[in-house]
Amino acid sequence: MIAELGQFALILAFVVALGQSVLTFAGLRTGDRVVHDFARAGALAQFALVLAAFACLTALFALSDFSALVVAENSHTDKPFIYKLTGVWGNHEGSMLLWALILTGYTAALALTAKPVEARLVSMTFAVQSLITAAFTAFLIFTSNPFARLWPAPENGQDLNPLLQDPGLASHPPMLYAGYVGFSITFSFAVAALLDGKVDARWARIVRPWALTAWCFLTVGIALGASWAYYELGWGGWWAWDPVENASLMPWLAGTAFIHSLRVMEKRDTLKAWTVLLALLAFSLSLAGTFLVRSGVLTSVHAFAVDPTRGVFILAILIGVIGGSLALFGLRAGLLKPTGMFSEVSRESTLLVNNLFIGAACALVFFGTFYPLFVTTVSDQTITVGAPFFNATFNPLMGVLLILVPVSGMLAWKRGRLAPIARKLAPALVAALAAGLVAFWIADRTRIAGALGTALALWIAVGVAIDLAQRTRLFDAGPGASLARAARLPLGIWGMAVAHFGLAVTVFAITGVSAWKQETSAFMMPGQSLQLGGYTLTLDDVRRTERANFVSEEGAFSVTRGQRDLGGLVAERRFYPVRQMSTTESAIRTRATGDLYVTLGEPSPERGWPVHAYIYPFAMWLWIGSAILALGGLLSIADRGRRALAARRPAPPVPAAAAGEVDA
Amino acid sequence: MTRLVLFVPLLLFAVMAVYFGLGLREDPSEIPSQLIDRELPPFDLPPLEGFDAGLSSRDLRGQVSLLNVFGSWCPPCAVEHPMLMQIARSGAVPIYGIDWKDPPGAGTAWLERNGNPYVRVGDDSEGRVAIDLGLTGAPETFLIDRAGRVRYRHVGVITPEAWRDTLRPLVEHLQSEAEQG
Repeated sequence: MIAELGQFALILAFVVALGQSVLTFAGLRTGDRVVHDFARAGALAQFALVLAAFACLTALFALSDFSALVVAENSHTDKPFIYKLTGVWGNHEGSMLLWALILTGYTAALALTAKPVEARLVSMTFAVQSLITAAFTAFLIFTSNPFARLWPAPENGQDLNPLLQDPGLASHPPMLYAGYVGFSITFSFAVAALLDGKVDARWARIVRPWALTAWCFLTVGIALGASWAYYELGWGGWWAWDPVENASLMPWLAGTAFIHSLRVMEKRDTLKAWTVLLALLAFSLSLAGTFLVRSGVLTSVHAFAVDPTRGVFILAILIGVIGGSLALFGLRAGLLKPTGMFSEVSRESTLLVNNLFIGAACALVFFGTFYPLFVTTVSDQTITVGAPFFNATFNPLMGVLLILVPVSGMLAWKRGRLAPIARKLAPALVAALAAGLVAFWIADRTRIAGALGTALALWIAVGVAIDLAQRTRLFDAGPGASLARAARLPLGIWGMAVAHFGLAVTVFAITGVSAWKQETSAFMMPGQSLQLGGYTLTLDDVRRTERANFVSEEGAFSVTRGQRDLGGLVAERRFYPVRQMSTTESAIRTRATGDLYVTLGEPSPERGWPVHAYIYPFAMWLWIGSAILALGGLLSIADRGRRALAARRPAPPVPAAAAGEVDA
Repeated sequence: MTRLVLFVPLLLFAVMAVYFGLGLREDPSEIPSQLIDRELPPFDLPPLEGFDAGLSSRDLRGQVSLLNVFGSWCPPCAVEHPMLMQIARSGAVPIYGIDWKDPPGAGTAWLERNGNPYVRVGDDSEGRVAIDLGLTGAPETFLIDRAGRVRYRHVGVITPEAWRDTLRPLVEHLQSEAEQG
């Protein structure tokens, strides 16, 4: 009964989406207000219907109804309740339903926040967005029905892959999807703008919060995925240039370029076609990401559901959405004439360089990810592109880009001068060189990477501090005056500073984790010890315990450094009988200076337990750095609200159109 | 001229879409291997650190076996490993391993940590043999018959389903074929 209700809701959502899209496009010719109200109501109805379908699927999982195929294949009565719920999207059908839910969620959010002044643009955006919804609900209904029945119903389910029974991985897909799908709104706005043949600063201002929202979610989603790999895979690998990781990195890069070029468009009314193209690309790459994971075109750990017939459907969606929008771009982008001019030395030009570098980096990742596919389709040869390729190409490109970060923020719009900025940034250069030398001296005589990374991180961080000090006149005005200036700085400036600072922290952490990692391993019997980087690790005891849906083997270690007792660590191995799989739960001692990471292996009767220990310097700053990055994005989103309030406050009789412009 | 430049993104996408289409036509888990029904290319790999015996293509003669390519740097291999352990414990078929593109010591540490399902392991740190085998990535597994010929190729993780529905029936078929012949 519940499954059938969900099925009906999903089919209705498809019909509403398709109808709303077609009727809205048709109605836009008349320019009637009714069209806008209709499109809005349709957007809300789609969300309500998909939400109902999602609730039905959740109920099936919560009640462990094994007559539903998806539940039987992915759940089990003994599974902890929370993982029954997160199991809803731990499988192909459910995760696509989540995709559709978030898609309609964004559309509904637009319906609730859009201002009537923008009726035409927003209605058109609704129409494009609903077309995407129709495509994806059709994909669900025809190829990936989450409500398929299984008869006779089995007594119990096959359990969720134990690797997926983890808080990190349970929260990672919703975040990532919120990022991917968030770019659908900016995509739809871009298509609407192309159809209208008009984009301007106002368009940029409306679109910016949506782009930033998607970008923040994607940042957090990628960080959660990396931290899941770090904690769960048992060897501390947080980024492996796996095709699916690359698939999330590409829209992030395109999105990063997009939010920077949006700023140029908003301020200077230029780079129009380029910005619109980035909006199209960010969502296209998100779709390609979904395509990668779901079709099995590239096999990887993430391809839990490999099915070529679905691939054909997704390919059709890709051709429609990406091909259609790029064709529209070719036809209409010529109409988008820039008005602002800028010289070679200006904030615009540095942001353009930023865009070109990020674009090149994105193309590199794309090339590296798909090259094996290209080669296998044209010849019988097969090749792989691994981490060495990406490290040798992506890292230097990003390194050069990072040098520009503090310079760009300080340059004036339109026409800037480099000499005064060079003078202002001199302390940052000194700090960077000093830190690089220190890092080289202490840690990294054999390789230069650690020193370079440290220097770059310091350059950005000190550069950001100098920029803020300048803006608040920290060294010229009194403390009170500076504080007042700081309070008056637009949140957007704070957002930029915070995000760039987060970038510096992340760069530093990446440097630490990859350049200065230490590891060792040994077979250990209880009572034996192991040395690593000044720590002494003693295996005290190994215990076996039976848990609800797994058997656990726990190795208790005590850690000392010199004479100091640093407490205990427990590394665990879990065996899941239903799936006959085991997983490792690493013991991690996290400190600001680095993680001590210990895993327990499968014992051998004569030699004891194989123990592997690692030191990952500054690992926790990876997560903190990416959180700061996302916080920067959040501050910039908040900026819009504050400026809108400020505009409303004086409240002289403003013409309606102008007020709407500021509010939107 | 500039109008035409605007179509460049579309053109690039069209090229890619063709490749996607071609890529889809082939189920990635059934990428036709040139090696199917041919003899395994000859190789003689050195042992991993701390092991006495390496792996040579001659070791794979005279029995039905699985040849599994792995690397300690490869997350899917970590996912697959418990399944290999289970197959090894069940004694259904001997598994031989090739440690692909690992730095010295990494493969040994990996086997010590996760258990060793392999009868013998060869160290292919330079990836030479992997090229001869036409590898698309790790993990990848070849099913070898008594005559030392490749009979099936499995790309990606051996999931419990892949083992139950595809590989085990094939192994059993080859084993009974070998007994009769």
